[in-house]
Amino acid sequence: MNTTGRAWRLPAEVDTDQLAPGATMKHGLEVTARHCLEALRPEFALEVRHGDVIVAGADFGIGSSREQAASVLVHLGVKAVIAPSFAGLYFRNAFNVGLLLLTCPQAALIADGERIAVDTRGARVQRSDGSMLECEPIPGFLLDLVEAGGLLAQLKRRFKPCTEMP
Amino acid sequence: MNTAPATLAQKLIARAAGRSQVTPGEVLTCRVDLAMFHDSSGPRRLQPMLAELGATIWDKDKVVLVIDHYVPEADEESRRVVRIARDWAAEQRLPHVYDSMGICHVVLPQQGHLRPGLFCVGGDSHSPTGGAFGAYMFGIGATEMLGVVVTGEIWLRVPETIFMQWRGALSQGVSAKDMMLAMLGRHGMNGGRYQAVEFCGDAMATLPMAERMTLCNMSAELGAQVGLVAPDDTTRAWLAAHGVSDVEIERWRSDPGAAGTRHHFDASTLAPQVALPHSPAQVCGVDALVPTRIDIAYIGACTGAKLEDLRAAARVLAGRRIASHVQLLVAPASVRDAAEAETEGVMGQLRDAGATLLPSTCGACAGYGSRIPEGSTVISSTARNFKGRMGAATARVYLGSPYTVAASALRGQISDPREVLA
Repeated sequence: MNTTGRAWRLPAEVDTDQLAPGATMKHGLEVTARHCLEALRPEFALEVRHGDVIVAGADFGIGSSREQAASVLVHLGVKAVIAPSFAGLYFRNAFNVGLLLLTCPQAALIADGERIAVDTRGARVQRSDGSMLECEPIPGFLLDLVEAGGLLAQLKRRFKPCTEMP
Repeated sequence: MNTAPATLAQKLIARAAGRSQVTPGEVLTCRVDLAMFHDSSGPRRLQPMLAELGATIWDKDKVVLVIDHYVPEADEESRRVVRIARDWAAEQRLPHVYDSMGICHVVLPQQGHLRPGLFCVGGDSHSPTGGAFGAYMFGIGATEMLGVVVTGEIWLRVPETIFMQWRGALSQGVSAKDMMLAMLGRHGMNGGRYQAVEFCGDAMATLPMAERMTLCNMSAELGAQVGLVAPDDTTRAWLAAHGVSDVEIERWRSDPGAAGTRHHFDASTLAPQVALPHSPAQVCGVDALVPTRIDIAYIGACTGAKLEDLRAAARVLAGRRIASHVQLLVAPASVRDAAEAETEGVMGQLRDAGATLLPSTCGACAGYGSRIPEGSTVISSTARNFKGRMGAATARVYLGSPYTVAASALRGQISDPREVLA
């Protein structure tokens, strides 16, 4: 899976409550998506485009187990989040809802608004000047998970093997 | 059989994976003994996905539903979420449902669902609370919970163990919350690196179960997958009082010489700690804080409103009145805790001091149900003070122990409880 998109720079310790504000949680994902990151970058939810990539500081996704903090980014079309480190619970949730996370020690080199290309299987990011940033390799079963579109899609194959048949 | 010394976490995982031993870093599939979820993370998300899959729950006896986030229902949307949970529980004939009885992490052990040796998942980030009982318990999201609910299994990368070794005993007016804030101040919100944290050292034996729960609960803030305390006679006695007998404790402890990272702390010299807005890891001693006037003092949540926490607040407030400009809100962690506190006279002391009592639910902690007013300055016994978390983006939320929250309510500014108790 390869993707090219605009980079949105975010600081370190972006928490789940900023990604999916608690007060919006009862209204469902559509509403939560409109408020995604509003405390940090109020323009984000309106201006983010399909294929864009978030480039954040360390410890992205700290806080709650609410997976809406990951699925809201999928909903908005974000293809990947690149950061030097992630909260472990967020990491699991992201792959389970089909959001690619790349652990990249040099993520801070990427500028806001820069167009970057992500090579998922190669675990690297190509910057606009052509230079490459290496990321930590992702285990095969997690790549399969994200490429399938998340755990629900994988479980569907397991529990409904007949749906593909005529 | 000759096996290498193992940590408690490794022993718990090995049992769940059907292995004699496990090595940090390897990825395994574990059998789940118990899956807990609440009205927000559970039925409203699981029901449509289960229907889409055409699958059924692997073992209803191993599933626990706690309705705690959106009760009491404040509006139409909350009513809808809670109705889905209740209808689904009835339709599925779930045997273990606790509706409006308190917060999941406190209700679960109080209803006898936890014991040493279990491997459990919870649909909530504070699920590591179960580690206080020697169970391997961690939080997962709703889609991953779906996977557990239909397969009874979950994958895991065997974590390293980080030993948080505490020596000595806490002084009067200092509590497990202060220990945790001190650890957060030193190691940060991802200092746990999604590994297993084990709280150990001679200080542990002095801590009652509720205090151990506070430590394990906020392992989530440390970024650990689990927080564990090796079970002992205190664990056994607590469980016996909650209907759980034949508890095995000797097996569930780290072997001497088991590999791990060790950090050392001294409980005897620890001062009350306060986390400043807007991070639980931005911590300083209460004595080092500049005078900070507060509007609201909040004693609530799974982290900070258990019976022990209510008692701590009452020790500070008994026979006194809170400052006239302060609103003290108390939301006991469970109906059982509230009832016991009532019997002991603790609730009466809090009421007489001027506290407003709220239902035993998650309340304003995560801003799901109620929320705090915009612009207010708050000191709270909860676990997180992220900007906007409690429902008001302009509020400034400080975190402290129930002692510190009570002392601050009394004086109208963030205060050292040791001065009041002296």
